[in-house]
Amino acid sequence: MFKTVENISAYYANPQRFMRLAGKLHAPVWALALIVLAVGLHMVANVPDDYQQGATVRIMFVHVPAAWMSLFAYSFIFFASVTALIFRHPVGHVAGRAAAPIGAVFTLIALLTGSLWGQPMWGTWWVWDARLTSVLVLFFIYLGYIALWQAIEDYGQAARATAILAIVGSINVPIVKFSVDWWNTLHQPASVSRFARPALHADFLYPLLVMGLGFTLLFFALTLTRMQMEILRQRARARHLANDFEGDE
Amino acid sequence: MVQKQVFFQSVSFVNNLVLRAENLACARGARKVFAQLDFQLKAGGAMAVYGANGSGKTSLLRLIAGFLTPRDGALSLSGDGHEATQCHYLGHTDGLKANLTVAETLSFTARILGHDGAALDLSMLGLTAHQQQMVGDLSAGQKRRLMLARLIIAPRQIWLLDEPLTALDEQGRQLIDQLAQDHLATGGMIVAASHERLGFAGHRLQLNRQNHDMAAV
Amino acid sequence: MGIFLSLCHQHMLLAWRSGHTTLIVTFLFIAVTLMPFGLGPELALLSRLAPGLLWVVLLMSLLLSLDRMFQADYEDGTLEQLGLLPLPMELIVLAKSLGHFIALFVPLLISVPVAGLLLNIEAAVLPALMLTMLAGAPALTLLGAIGAALALSVRRSAMLTVLLVMPLYIPVLVFGATSSTRAIAMSGQIDWPALGILALMSCAALFMAPLAAAAALRVALR
Repeated sequence: MFKTVENISAYYANPQRFMRLAGKLHAPVWALALIVLAVGLHMVANVPDDYQQGATVRIMFVHVPAAWMSLFAYSFIFFASVTALIFRHPVGHVAGRAAAPIGAVFTLIALLTGSLWGQPMWGTWWVWDARLTSVLVLFFIYLGYIALWQAIEDYGQAARATAILAIVGSINVPIVKFSVDWWNTLHQPASVSRFARPALHADFLYPLLVMGLGFTLLFFALTLTRMQMEILRQRARARHLANDFEGDE
Repeated sequence: MVQKQVFFQSVSFVNNLVLRAENLACARGARKVFAQLDFQLKAGGAMAVYGANGSGKTSLLRLIAGFLTPRDGALSLSGDGHEATQCHYLGHTDGLKANLTVAETLSFTARILGHDGAALDLSMLGLTAHQQQMVGDLSAGQKRRLMLARLIIAPRQIWLLDEPLTALDEQGRQLIDQLAQDHLATGGMIVAASHERLGFAGHRLQLNRQNHDMAAV
Repeated sequence: MGIFLSLCHQHMLLAWRSGHTTLIVTFLFIAVTLMPFGLGPELALLSRLAPGLLWVVLLMSLLLSLDRMFQADYEDGTLEQLGLLPLPMELIVLAKSLGHFIALFVPLLISVPVAGLLLNIEAAVLPALMLTMLAGAPALTLLGAIGAALALSVRRSAMLTVLLVMPLYIPVLVFGATSSTRAIAMSGQIDWPALGILALMSCAALFMAPLAAAAALRVALR
């Protein structure tokens, strides 16, 4: 009797070690993320206006780190999926599920800020620029991943199917990037990409790097919190069902 | 009346095949279906699985078929050359296509099962007069009979039958009984989930989630 | 091999008998008919856009057809029977994809020149256009199979399948449509490098997509 109840928790609380680690890391990661972001924002506020773009250059300090994070979060989901599928570690499924909406929001931020930033220069809200287009496709890949998690009712099936999708998607992302770049150079050979700045002045570079670090820490803090919530929710469900299990005997 | 006859030709089954479950546990998502299940079934044996709705009868069959993996414990086959053992699974869904005729269904089934359907006598299914009829036009009982054709077309040692008596009339039930008896006589093995008593089953397993009853009838 | 061909044949037979082939081809013509209403009937404009439009319409028709790839087999229990065959699931995916290609893609491909007439396509472009479509066909069908297999246990999965497959189709569309459009400028000459990339994508899909789709089918059987 006890043995079986233990087995349920052994499966669902296999993440036990993770939860202990997460409990310890939680506060420091959040604190560090907020401090670095505060420092970064302070640095951004003190950046001189760009001689061409004026104050709009500050959008870059959100846009570029968000674009980095969109790719970083997807790589994170890919590694989580590989861990889950090949090494059969259930925390991998939880990590992928937790990170996806965060990655999608970063991707959306990159798209919106890219559009805002480009508007004064291009005179239009959207241009089929190679990078923006790739990021848009990446956004759809995120949406597909999240939608598949939501659509499949059985947790085990959803976890495995989404992991397969994440791996297929990660092969697809570089191919999309390559093909969109090719397509773009073909159609707009003369256009100068707004985002291809040959060298960044140190005044801009350091705030950008600090913001990038801040975004990364924020991503980990958010993902950690969402993973803890997910595991607690699963435990509550397992406990509820285990009570049922003993109750109706 | 169903004539007494042996339907299977040239069957080479593993004669010391044993299906064994040890401390088997099954879960669907967070829901635990059953646990601590132990049983052993030898070639020539048939086990009827009883239990309330949700007690895991279908899950047990799907575990044996290999669609599911055990949450805990082990399910194993042993015997000389047991690696090549294959099973038939007759589930709730019939695996039939409404847009094919009975004859087409039979020849397709024979081809994918790797056997020559033409040489087999399938008259005992009682579908001879319906050969050119679309499967979609058959009655529920006739569809069940058509499903049974699989068992006859390709000899496979393990039969997993989920509610085999559903929708069948008295003759159909006798047909199942006859097929099962012959299968067991040639060294086959049957695990069947049912709400009703199955005449051919020599063992019964009552799934109670934890304290399961395995008994000879 | 017998099992493989039987599966392929059955898939084609059922696509045809259930009227799926006719419906998909009809959809292609409906979509093409709508274009002049949206863009205006100016023949020069339609002629210039025709290759790209035909590519997009072909993709949309194919996307619509995907939920019939494994869904019926999943719902009626055939997939369980296939799962018990000694044939690896990867080959089952290939057999079904081949059946899907012959029963649905080939009729669409044959419709393309006729639909092209409605868009005033230049006849000289047609060989190049159809060749790129054919080169991209294995990739389109097999990548579609991945999406169809992943969304299998979801009821009313057509929209979800479209969302999952769309990002996979974009590279094929880029190379297919661009090289077809370029054929106009090059007076019907075939854009061999783009065609080569499409064929490369198809080869890659031929090896990798069955693995992913078969894994997804096994998940759906759980």
